[in-house]
Amino acid sequence: MQRIIKNGQLVDESWHLLPKDATLDGISNCDDLIVPLALWVDHSTALKARDGGLGVWLEAGEEIEEIADQLDNFQVIALNFPAFTDGRHCSTAYLLRNRYGYKGEVRAIGDVLRDQLFSYLRVGFDAFALREDKDPLDALKAFEEFSEVYQASTDQPLPLFRRRA
Amino acid sequence: MYVYDQYDQQIVEDRVKQFRDQTRRYLAGELSGEEFRPLRLQNGLYVQRFAPMLRVAVPYGLMSSAQVRMMAKIARDYDKGYAHISTRQNVQFNWPDLEDVPEILAELATVQMHAIQTSGNCIRNTTTDQFAGVAKDEIIDPRPWCEIIRQWSTFHPEFTHLPRKFKIAVNGAVGDRAAIEVHDIGLEAVQNEDGELGFRVSVGGGLGRTPIVGSFINEFLPWQHLISYLDAILRVYNRYGRRDNKYKARIKILVKALTPQVFAERVHAEWVHLKDGPTTLTEAEVARVAAHFIDPTYKVLDDQDAALAALDAEHPGFARWRQRNTFAHKKPGYVAVTLSLKPTGVAPGDVTDKQFDAIADLAERYSFAEVRNSHNQNIILADVEQAQLFSLWGELREHGFATPNVGLLTDIICCPGGDFCSLANAKSIPIAEAIQRRFDDLDYLFDIGNIDLNISGCMNACGHHHVGHIGILGVDKKGQEFYQVSLGGSSGRDASLAQILGPSFAEAEMANVIDKIIKVYVERRNEEESFLDTFRRVGVDPFKERVYAANH
Repeated sequence: MQRIIKNGQLVDESWHLLPKDATLDGISNCDDLIVPLALWVDHSTALKARDGGLGVWLEAGEEIEEIADQLDNFQVIALNFPAFTDGRHCSTAYLLRNRYGYKGEVRAIGDVLRDQLFSYLRVGFDAFALREDKDPLDALKAFEEFSEVYQASTDQPLPLFRRRA
Repeated sequence: MYVYDQYDQQIVEDRVKQFRDQTRRYLAGELSGEEFRPLRLQNGLYVQRFAPMLRVAVPYGLMSSAQVRMMAKIARDYDKGYAHISTRQNVQFNWPDLEDVPEILAELATVQMHAIQTSGNCIRNTTTDQFAGVAKDEIIDPRPWCEIIRQWSTFHPEFTHLPRKFKIAVNGAVGDRAAIEVHDIGLEAVQNEDGELGFRVSVGGGLGRTPIVGSFINEFLPWQHLISYLDAILRVYNRYGRRDNKYKARIKILVKALTPQVFAERVHAEWVHLKDGPTTLTEAEVARVAAHFIDPTYKVLDDQDAALAALDAEHPGFARWRQRNTFAHKKPGYVAVTLSLKPTGVAPGDVTDKQFDAIADLAERYSFAEVRNSHNQNIILADVEQAQLFSLWGELREHGFATPNVGLLTDIICCPGGDFCSLANAKSIPIAEAIQRRFDDLDYLFDIGNIDLNISGCMNACGHHHVGHIGILGVDKKGQEFYQVSLGGSSGRDASLAQILGPSFAEAEMANVIDKIIKVYVERRNEEESFLDTFRRVGVDPFKERVYAANH
C-alpha cells in the first residue's frame, strides 16, 4: 500500500485514484474515490449519491474555476503535476485556499518529488503522494529546509516585511 | 547598498545547506540528472561545453569591495583565475567543479551573496541603470525598488516553475539605460500630477527567438501596490503561458496572443482580489530599504572644469579617456567612471582575479568601496572626485581598464558563445576580437562615435543582438559557423529591433562587413548625426548594396 504525506506525517493511503478515462460502470459505492474532473462534470448527481468519500482531481491544464462553486462536495482535491517543472497547480492550490476558502485536503499527485514540497506546502497543499520510486520518509526533510520566507502565501499570510523585528 | 539583516542571512545560509544536500544526493545517485537539472539551474549552475558554469547573482549590479574580493578569491581558488561580467550584471565562473559548488556558495554567503535564481524558469536577477543614484537625469532611485522585488521574488513559492525564465528591469531616469522595454516586465518609476510615486508597467518585451518591444499595460501603478500587481501578472502568466513549446513559452507570446489589452484586463481582474491585502507595501518597509541607498558622505566640492581642461590639453590620452569613460554626476565635483572591460584581445567582460582585487582596492580609495556592473559588461566607479580623476586614470591604465572606448564600436556586448556555451551555434568572442583589431585607430573610432555592437552566438540572444545598432548573430549553416548581421536596433527609450541585412557571412568576412557598414555611415551621415539616426533616415538599402555588391 502506498504511503502518502499528510500534515507532515506518513499515513497509509485510503483513497482510490480513478484514471482519467474512468466511467461509472462498476464503480464502488463504499470506497473513498478521487475521480477525474470529467467524470464529476458528467455525473455529479450519481457521484453525490454514493456512500463512500469523494474527491476530484484536476490535470495541470484544468481550471479550478470550473468547480469553484461545488467545492463542498469534495473531501479531497488532488492536483496533478505532469512534470515537476510544471508549476501551474501552485497557483490553483493558492486560489483554492485563499480565494475559494477550501478547507478540505489539497493533495499533490503525479511527478511529485522532495525538492518541490517546501513550496507546495507554502501555497496550500497539505497532502503529497510522492512519485512511487521515491522514499516519502526522506522527503519529510524538505519541510525543514527553510526557517524563514519573504513572501506572504497560504502558510504565512504576512510577508516578511510586516514581521521583521 | 543593501545590507542583510538576520532574516536575509538565514535564508541564504539555508539555501547553501539545501543545495549542498541536493548536490550530495545527485552525486550519490539519489537524484537523476534530469531531476537535478532544474535544481542546479535555479542555482545558476549550467553544464557547459567543457565544465559547469556558475552564475553568481549581483542584485541590480551592485557590489561592495568585500564582494569584489570574493569574486577574485573564487576565480583563484575554484576557477582558472578569471570570471565574466554578464549582460544581466551578474558574474559568471566558467570552470568550477560541480563538487566544489556548495563550498563556493558557502563562501559567497559570508559576503551576503548567492546564486539563487540566476538561471532556470523562474524570476531572475532584477536589473537597473548602472548609474542609479548618481545620474543627473534620475527622477527616482530605482535601487530600493529592485531590492524589494529581489526579496519578493526570492523563492516565491507559487512562481518557482514558470513556463520560462522571467526578467524584470526598473528604470528611474529620463534616459533608459536599463532597457526596460525588452524585459518580461519593465517598470518605470514616475510621479503623477500630485507628486505621488508610482510605476508605468510594461509587459511582454524580450529578445530571444521572437524579439518584441513590450507594451505598457498600466500607466500609473501606485507604489503601495507594486507587489500585488506583480503577483497578479505572474499568476496570469504561470497559469496561461504556453508550456508545450519552450520557444513560445515566454510571457511575450501570451501577451501577443491575448493582445496587450486583454492581458491587461486579465491582470486587473486578478489584481482586484489581491489589492490592499497584506502584500501592500508600507512606508516603513520602503523607508527601511531606502535607508540603505542614501547618498554616501559626499564632500562639498566644486566642479573642476578648468583644471580638467588644462589636463586634457596636456594629456590627449586623458582627454580621450575622459570624453568616453566618464559620466556626469549629480553632485558638483564628482564624476562616475566606467572601467572598460573591452580592451582588444580580451573576451568582452572578462576580469582576472588580480583585476578584481585591484578594482576592490580602487573602489575603496576612490569611490566609497562600491562598484556597479553594467549590462554593457563594464564596471563602474560611481562616486569619484573630479580632483582625483587624473590619478585614477593613471592607475586604471596600469591595470588595463583605461581603454577609451565606452560606447564606441569596440565596446562590444558579447555572450561567451561557442567557446564556452553548449547552446551556441557559433563562436562570438573571436568575432569581437577581429572587429576590435580592425578598428584599432582611436581617432577613427572617436569619429564614428556612439555605436552599440552586440554579438550573440545563438538566437537565445544573451548578447542582445536584436537591440544593437549593429547586431551579429551566430548561425549554423550546414555545420559551419556563419554570422547574420542586422542594423538599427536600440535598447534605449526609443527601443527598436534591428532589421536583418541579408544572407549571413563566414567568420573571416566579418571584420570587412562591419568596415563597409561603417563606411556607408561615414559617407551618408549629416553633421553630428549618430549611426542610429543615419540608419533610421536612409534605411537599410545603402548598407545592403555596399555589403553585398562586394561579394560579386
